[in-house]
Parts: sequence; C-alpha cells; structure tokens
Amino acid sequence: MKKRILYIIVCFLLIWNTSLIAQQQRFPKPDFESGYAYPEYQMPLPRNPVWEYVDVAVLIGALFATAYFAIKKHSRKGIIGMSVFSLIYFGFLRHGCICSVGSIQNVSLALFNEGYTIPLTALLFFIIPLLFALAYGRVFCAGVCPLGAIQELSGIKPVILPKGIEAILAAVPFIYLGLAVLFASTNSQFFICRYDPFVGIFRHNAPYTMIIFGALLLLAGIFLNRPYCRFLCPYGVLLNIFSRFSDKHVAITPAGCTNCRLCEKSCPYDAIIPSDTIQNSEKPEKSRSRFIIFILLVPIISGAGSFIVYNLSSTLAGVNSNVRLAREIRLEHESGIQAVSQAAITFKESGESEIELFKTESGVIEMYKKTTPWVGLFLGLSLGISLVSLTMRTERTEYKPHKGKCYSCGKCFEYCPVEIKT
Amino acid sequence: MNKYQSRREFARKFGKLAIVLPVAYLSVSLARKATATGYVWQIDPFKCTQCGLCKTNCVITPSASKCVHAYEMCGYCDLCGSYLRQGVKTISTGAENQLCPTGALIRKFVEEPYFEYTVEEKLCDGCAKCVKGCADFGNGSLYMQIKQDLCKNCNECSIARKCPSKAISRVSAAMPYLPKGNSKKNQGK
Repeated sequence: MKKRILYIIVCFLLIWNTSLIAQQQRFPKPDFESGYAYPEYQMPLPRNPVWEYVDVAVLIGALFATAYFAIKKHSRKGIIGMSVFSLIYFGFLRHGCICSVGSIQNVSLALFNEGYTIPLTALLFFIIPLLFALAYGRVFCAGVCPLGAIQELSGIKPVILPKGIEAILAAVPFIYLGLAVLFASTNSQFFICRYDPFVGIFRHNAPYTMIIFGALLLLAGIFLNRPYCRFLCPYGVLLNIFSRFSDKHVAITPAGCTNCRLCEKSCPYDAIIPSDTIQNSEKPEKSRSRFIIFILLVPIISGAGSFIVYNLSSTLAGVNSNVRLAREIRLEHESGIQAVSQAAITFKESGESEIELFKTESGVIEMYKKTTPWVGLFLGLSLGISLVSLTMRTERTEYKPHKGKCYSCGKCFEYCPVEIKT
Repeated sequence: MNKYQSRREFARKFGKLAIVLPVAYLSVSLARKATATGYVWQIDPFKCTQCGLCKTNCVITPSASKCVHAYEMCGYCDLCGSYLRQGVKTISTGAENQLCPTGALIRKFVEEPYFEYTVEEKLCDGCAKCVKGCADFGNGSLYMQIKQDLCKNCNECSIARKCPSKAISRVSAAMPYLPKGNSKKNQGK
C-alpha cells in the first residue's frame, strides 16, 4: 500500500508542471559501442539581409520611375506599367511584407520601447515614400504600393460618392492611424497588419476571414475605386499631409488649362478642384467672422478629442494581452468566475508571480494613459483644420488636382484635350 | 505672380520645412539605433508549453514551426514517450500506436537497446504532440522551432500573438535559432 502511494505521488509530481521538467534528463545519455555518430544537422538560414536592401533600392527606383511617368512623361500607360511591376514585385514576389503602410507600426514601436531597435530597412520603407510625396506628390500610391496597384487594376467602373458620405468615410483613416500608432507604441498589437485585406492574396495563404474581407473590398472596389486607399489606409493620411507641400505635382493638362471642363467628372476619387471665378456674393465680414470662429474652434475640438480618447484608455488597453490576462485573473479572485482561457491556464500552471503580472498591467495602462491624449489631440486637430479649410474660399482660374487627395494615377489625362505640339 | 500666390508659395515652402524638420530629426534619431540585420521570429523552447497553437495560427499552411531534435539530449530509448502514444493496447510500432498524427517521427534501430528518432520535416505540421510526450515522459530532446527558410517573417507573428506562454519573440537575424543541447552546432552557421 505504501509503495503504491509513493508511486502515485511520484507520478503526480511528474505530470504536474510539465514545463519545468522539460529539461530534466530522465534517461541517461546512451553509451554507443557500434561507433554511432550523432547526426549533424544544419538549421536552414533565413533570407540573406542583403535582399532587404535590394528591396529598398527597387523601391527608390520604382518611385523615381513613377514620378517620371506621371509628371514628366504625363503618361497613364507608364503609371499602369509601374503598378503592374509593383504588384508583381512587392506584392506576389515579396508577399506584401514588409510594406510602407505597416512600417508606421515599427516606427511607433521603436519610438516608445527601448527593447526594440528598428531594422534600418523598415525605417527606410517608412521615410522614402514620404520624402517622394514631399517632392512629387503621391507617386507611391500611383505606381509603387502593391495594395494600391491591386485596387487600381480592378477599379473598372467608377461611381462618384456624394460629398457628405465621402467626407465622413474619409475620417476613418485618421482613426485607423491613431489606433495603429497607439497599439503599436504600447506593444499591444500590430493593428494594420492584422486587418490588412490583401496580404493574404499576395502570399496565397490566409485565414478565411481575411480572404473574404479582401474579396469584398476588391468587389466593392470595382465601383468604389481604391476603397482601402480612400477609407482605410493609415499611411495615406501621412502621404496626404506631405503631398500638399509638394513642388512638382502631377497636372491634369500637359500644358495650361483652358477651362474646357471635360475633366470635371473624370476623377473617380473626386480629387479635381474645378476653377472658381464666381464672385463671392457673401459679405466679407460674414466670411471673415466664420473663418475666425472656426479657427478658435480648433483648440476646443482638439482638447475635446484629447479628453474623449483619454477616457477610453482603459477600454483600449484591453487590446493588450497582458492586460487581458491580468483582468481575467483579478476577476477570478474577485468574483470566482473561472479563468479558462489558454493563456490564463498556462499562467496559473507556470506558477509565475501574480504581483508581477499586475505590475506589468499597470505599466501598460500608464503607457496608454500617456499616449491616448496625443492620439485624441491629433484626431481633434485634423477635424478642426479640415473644418477651417471648408470656410476658406479662393479664386481659382485652372482645374487642378487636390494635392492631398490626388493619387497621381493619371486617369484624368485622357480627358484633357490639350496637346503639346512637337 | 500676384501677392496671393506668392503668399501661398511662402506658406507652402514654410510648411514643407515645418514638416521636414521633425521627420528628419525623428528618422536620424531612430537610424542611430537601427539594426542593419533585422529580426526573425523564434520560439524559446524553455518557455514553450506545447499547446499546439503553432500548427493552427501560422499564416502559411503547413506551419513554419516544426519539431526539431537535439540528439545529444535524447536517451535513444526503445520505449519512447514521444513515439508511442499513451494508452496503447499492445506496445508495437504500428501506425495506430504512434503519437505523431502524420507519421513524421521516424524510428531507426541503431544498436541494442538504442533507437534513433528523427523528424521528417516535410511531414511535420507543428502540432507539438511529440514535444509534449518527450517533455512529459522523456528527456525533452524534441522541441519546437520556427524554420527560417519557411517562415515569411511577418511584421507581427500570428502565432506569437496567440502563444499562451509568450514563448515567441523577435531575435536577431544573425542568431535565428534558440536551440536546446549543443548550441554551437545547431545555430545554422
């Protein structure tokens, strides 16, 4: 009887805390007499880092080429050609990762976490398209981004949205950017990568939800061209801002605008600003006072945005897995609801300190509390500035693309009858 | 150029500078600390609890995480805790008695009483059943690792997100493996 109890106790101890005994040498090293040699096994190496720099070089080359085709050559065929090349290279060959859109997260993570040093290529993928946008406009969107390329090539029958709906939907990329930076900088999640609709198509493998999302977006994109670019892309927010300051930007006409109005409905993204020579019938005092009111509203809206998002800190912190685990464990202590998630069971079995977990949790929540006011400020500021721009009215004598919204795709080129006599 | 356009030009150039300066500062300060080689994802075999989520959460099918064998730690036993499943009727090497669901663990006789166990990589799907068996009843010489020639090196590893013991983390691409046993031999250099 005693022996059996001892046997049961030993078995119990062996089965409990398996991870701790994973290193235990239960059985001795074999004593080979036949001259058996342990097999030599070479672990396969990852892709040579040189290729990442080749990708950066291709990125720069493609950006220069697209800028050349869009601005100098004024050729939509060239832009389409670049789109196809980028779809094949950055999309299907490089499997769409790492992309400039996702590099925002790497930069955010590196800025606020000492434990992570950003790979140089990720930083270059972030900066280079922005610099080109500052110089030449959104040529990245036109012919280099694989996500843009796949949408551009499938957008066949454009339908123009009513301006109100478009304005509301255009707010989503700002929120997406704010959340992506928030979640990446607190090391909670790479939000953009998780909800990337097209990367599954590029690497021929994805959970079915991602494939459905991508397919729906492409189907919608047949009519609502570039849906991800317009209503989701967080990098597009940065490109929008940078592109507004560009010197050389793509123009609808190869020479000067004759105000023939043929390009008015040609842009699927409604990015062409028509000329406006109608005299302002409103009293100047009224427009001036409206302008000043909205300028004064900017700090109020920014402050309100900051306040609102700050108060959402604790809800948003739930995205972080450490916070979720800590909350589950605390709930188990307080109300007896069993913590049954895999992470909780592993945590309890591992015997790690709960105090450490709660300390980690409060550290993460502190970080959220520090970052959310800035995210809210950014959102409020963007809203305020866009409202102010609505109150401004300038006299325009030419049809020009809106530097921020125009993707430099060149669809408007064929509508313009102006030709340069060679 | 009339005064409105020159004013707008000035505002544009000023805005350009106002944007470029913080971006340049940010990129230079980050570039100073940047690594030239980059990261890959790898499983720490000492944190791994063999939960089996490696098989289902990898973005590629079959999973890039596979079982590897640290031969120097193996006991070369006849009665292997990872080759044979628990609760067999008769102990034999029939397929119905094998723990590996795909038959990726190959058993070869060496000399009395030792048997060599190797993992057939093409058949392994990363379910970690053999790793668990080896950890529970053996020396723990079988362990999970992410194969770097298969791994797509996603910006955020989907398995890492789900791993209950946070065993998967970024490691330098210069040292892409976290091996058990004789580390120098298995670093893939």
